[in-house]
Amino acid sequence: MEQQLKQLELEALAKIEAASNLKELNEVRVAYLGKKGPITDLLKGMGKLSPEERPKMGALVNTVREHVTEKLETKVAHLEEQAVLEQLEKEAIDVTLPGRPVRVGNRHPLTRVVEEIEDLFLSMGYEIAEGPEVEKDYYNFEALNLPKGHPARDMQDTFYITEETLLRTHTSPVQARTMIEKKGEPFRIICPGKVFRRDNDDATHSHQFMQVEGLVVGENIRMSDLKGTLDIIAKKMFGADREIRLRPSFFPFTEPSVEMDISCFKCGGSGCNVCKHTGWIEILGAGMVHPNVLEMGGYDPKKYSGFAFGIGAERIAMLKYGVEDIRHFYTNDTRFISQFQRTEG
Amino acid sequence: MLVSLNWLKQYVNIDSLSPEDLAEKITRSGIEVDAVIDRSQGMTNVVVGYVVSKEKHPDADKLNVCQVEVGEGDVRQIICGAPNVEAGQKVIVALPGARLPGGVKIKKAKMRGVESNGMICSLQELGVEGRTVPKAYADGIYVLPEDAVPGSNALELVGLSDIVLELGLTPNRSDALSMLGVAYEVAAILSEEVKLPEINYATASESAENFIKVSTEAPELNPLYAAKVIKNVKIAESPLWLQHYLMAAGIRPHNNVVDITNYILMEYGQPLHAFDYDALKTNEIVVRLAKDGEKIVTLDDQERTLQAHNLVITNGIEPVAVAGVMGGANSEVTSDTTTVVIEAAYFDGFTVRRTSKELGLRSDSSARFEKGVDPNRVLVAAERAAQLLSELAGGEVLQGTVLVDQLDKTPTRVVVSPDFINARLGMKISLEDMLSILHRLQFDVEAANGLLIIDAPTRRQDIKIEEDIVEEIARLYGYDEIPMTLPEGAVTIGGLTSYQEKRRVVRNVMEGAGLLQAVTYSLTSAELAQKFALKVEETTKLLMPMSEERTTLRQSLIPHLIEAASYNVARKADSVSLYEVGSVFLGQTEEELPYEEEHLAIVLTGKWVDNQWQGEKRSVDFFVAKGIIEALFDKLGLTERVTYEKGSVDGLHPGQTANVLLDGHKIGIIGGLHPAERKKLDLKETFVAELNLYAILNAVTDALVYTPVPRFPEISRDIALELDRLKPAGEIESIIRGAGTKLLKDVKVFDVYEGEKMEAGKKSVAFSLTYFDPERTLTDEEVTNAHNKVLKALAEAGAEVR
Repeated sequence: MEQQLKQLELEALAKIEAASNLKELNEVRVAYLGKKGPITDLLKGMGKLSPEERPKMGALVNTVREHVTEKLETKVAHLEEQAVLEQLEKEAIDVTLPGRPVRVGNRHPLTRVVEEIEDLFLSMGYEIAEGPEVEKDYYNFEALNLPKGHPARDMQDTFYITEETLLRTHTSPVQARTMIEKKGEPFRIICPGKVFRRDNDDATHSHQFMQVEGLVVGENIRMSDLKGTLDIIAKKMFGADREIRLRPSFFPFTEPSVEMDISCFKCGGSGCNVCKHTGWIEILGAGMVHPNVLEMGGYDPKKYSGFAFGIGAERIAMLKYGVEDIRHFYTNDTRFISQFQRTEG
Repeated sequence: MLVSLNWLKQYVNIDSLSPEDLAEKITRSGIEVDAVIDRSQGMTNVVVGYVVSKEKHPDADKLNVCQVEVGEGDVRQIICGAPNVEAGQKVIVALPGARLPGGVKIKKAKMRGVESNGMICSLQELGVEGRTVPKAYADGIYVLPEDAVPGSNALELVGLSDIVLELGLTPNRSDALSMLGVAYEVAAILSEEVKLPEINYATASESAENFIKVSTEAPELNPLYAAKVIKNVKIAESPLWLQHYLMAAGIRPHNNVVDITNYILMEYGQPLHAFDYDALKTNEIVVRLAKDGEKIVTLDDQERTLQAHNLVITNGIEPVAVAGVMGGANSEVTSDTTTVVIEAAYFDGFTVRRTSKELGLRSDSSARFEKGVDPNRVLVAAERAAQLLSELAGGEVLQGTVLVDQLDKTPTRVVVSPDFINARLGMKISLEDMLSILHRLQFDVEAANGLLIIDAPTRRQDIKIEEDIVEEIARLYGYDEIPMTLPEGAVTIGGLTSYQEKRRVVRNVMEGAGLLQAVTYSLTSAELAQKFALKVEETTKLLMPMSEERTTLRQSLIPHLIEAASYNVARKADSVSLYEVGSVFLGQTEEELPYEEEHLAIVLTGKWVDNQWQGEKRSVDFFVAKGIIEALFDKLGLTERVTYEKGSVDGLHPGQTANVLLDGHKIGIIGGLHPAERKKLDLKETFVAELNLYAILNAVTDALVYTPVPRFPEISRDIALELDRLKPAGEIESIIRGAGTKLLKDVKVFDVYEGEKMEAGKKSVAFSLTYFDPERTLTDEEVTNAHNKVLKALAEAGAEVR
């Protein structure tokens, strides 16, 4: 019987060894260790043995079972590992092939510039004020110290709808409207929007363009506050190491009026094509709100003062991104717009 | 304004700094210098020549062989093609080695076999603008006066050894439209004195008032009119220096009388006009408003028809000049003129501006009157004219000035406190510094009781209020000195409005869906203005459009978006997806302005999915567009308030158009572009949508409160229905939702089938219904009861369950 057992063990171990998949292995397990298998049979025949032999044989049977089971488990693990490896190999891919495209749209560069300015001022407690693109002559001109017949109206050739209504030439009418709406309370606003001038479209002119104006009205608003605010715009839009300078200028709605230059962001001031070899680039117009404008808006110019500035979004975008032709902003070529997808810095 | 530095030097010392530095200083303190122009343009070897002889070129009809003396005993042979070259002339010669503007280099050369050692020059060849060259020399070489010395530097003689500053003047600084005005500005900047011209001349024994009478019928528009009479004037060319100053200022020299009026126009900023006294005929000048339809032929030989608000100068019978704009041909100074009347007047700026605009006549004269000339210079300019006509045209100035004068010449007084100035600037400028600046500007100033009492000179008509003084002090003190601060005082609470925040969400959703933001024009053609419009209302049109493409404000964003798509497709883009947020213009509000409504529109064309190497391609379809719109409503919390129904829009596919309704009101459309439209534009499958963003973003939604994540299982039941092919599934869904008890949580279409296995004209639509109770697990019986109600409702509605 011992002989038989040894024989069975050798047979079983050999078959386990020879099995090439889990199914064969299971057959071996059932064949040798199952209820109808030879080892079970042997155990059943133990009754015929003498009481002295029984424990010895019992131990032997168990040892054989253990060997076979152990071998089986090892083989199972091996085969499973094998199967996994095979599957992995089968599933291997060329990871250098491109991924499935995910469409990601993006904002128009002008919106990008406008929102950047909006966000800067929102963080400083400003509100965003908006108004109509078709305006009354009163809000666009008269309330801004530009009475009918004023020579400076020529500076802004206008699309009229009727004698009294027009396409706004700047977003300043929003300032005039806001003053009336705020009823004498101090305020800080940013007015972004589309504006229109009677121009033929070419590389540097567009009959429609985008402006962002700012207006602060309060007690004791000083020109130094304007300068400090403009400095923040320059640094935010064109880099922390920008310097600004103010030059006297003229706008009917501000007095004093200034134009702001920034030190050239390309050459740093030594002179290049961008700054036309002056080291400075003109960025925006600004000034202290004219007392007539305050008065027409319902603010006592003796008590209140204010500053205002106006930025052309196209000009900022053209300078910032090196765009050479203003018409690119309005042809909506996807090869142009999609370039303004990524973050900077 | 072109400012010759040679000329400017007559009035103010500018020797202390280079032209570039001067330009920089002027720019930084108030008047922008657009350009510093070197009139010599680096020219060398340009000398005076004497044409000793002239002979025809043997082989060329139009060329002459000239022997030209260009220095003592230095005679050179030069070929010249100019029609006006003659022996005995003094001319300008560019010698071999000379460099002329435009990169021209003069070399010894043979012209048709004959040697030429230089070039006899026209002024244009020396870089002078053709329109400023005297007519006599406009088509040939320039001839110098007889006393020019051969071999000497010709550039100096023709005024080209000069630097010109081009000033970009803002409308307020009309005082700098004159050399003296610029001199005052420069003197203030450099702390120099202004040297005014000395005016003195001998007068004839006769009195001007015996020759002419002056009256005005419109004293408000013409408060001052002065006439001086100068006899025995000899019309000739002006002296060279005067001609060259005019040319440097961009004015073409004519003859001494006209040149003198132009010279004074530039010197004082006071326009003058010279009449031929004899041509006036009536010994009388009457200023009046024109009669409607009255005609005058102006100096440019154009007949002009006048209106009753135009101011004219007449001889008492007919107009002889349009006041402040242009003289009449009937009284023009000609070579035969012997007696001239010089007009120096003050005309109302608005009237001049209006008239010059109406007549399309913008002149140096009108430009100055429009902005208001200095009341205190009108008579001075008349005296200066008399002096120069006497000195340069041999005239005899009659005694006296004939004038009507009601012009207020008192300076504007501005009273301002130094504290106010400093408060506005955020600075601490001392009183002493302020006074010094005001003195440099030659403002009369008195400091008393803590106030500055200032009389600004009348040439500075822009100085009217305290803030103007603030600006004067600041700009001359230096804007660089202003410190940088931020506004103080109560902190304002800023931030975006709910509408503005939601609008940014709209952009994010569109971009998240893969769309690029477009910005198109608000103006469009009459034809496109109402195409695809959600609402068609009265349009807003321009009074004077510049082109037919831009006459009308749009009522839909779609046409320009389709144009943009088409533009990209024409440039080989096989997939374009754009969105735009912009206003449309509808009808009219109480303010007589159109009602502006913000809309969102999208356009999708070509491939939606194009995963190239995987071979997955899918064109856009209606449901791609609708999916984007649905995503937007999800994001805005409006999904349950939005419904869709079959719609109809001109230009869209009749079978693929939906109206979008919010709370039952139409607020948008989605649709496929009609195949005929697509064909016109060469577009493949194209879908568009437009929504009334104003309505959507102003729809108030509830505060966001979380619903507990389900703790009990959901149970789903499916229903498949056989429907007519065009029966809207949305209607069936409404029936299901209406019939479902509160246990019915969701209804979804999960399959739509049309084809072989279906009867023709029918489709199968399968819905998945989800039942759920947040409090407990539902029993099968409860679900069945609820589901049966749905089935019953469907049966009643005639929907056949498969």
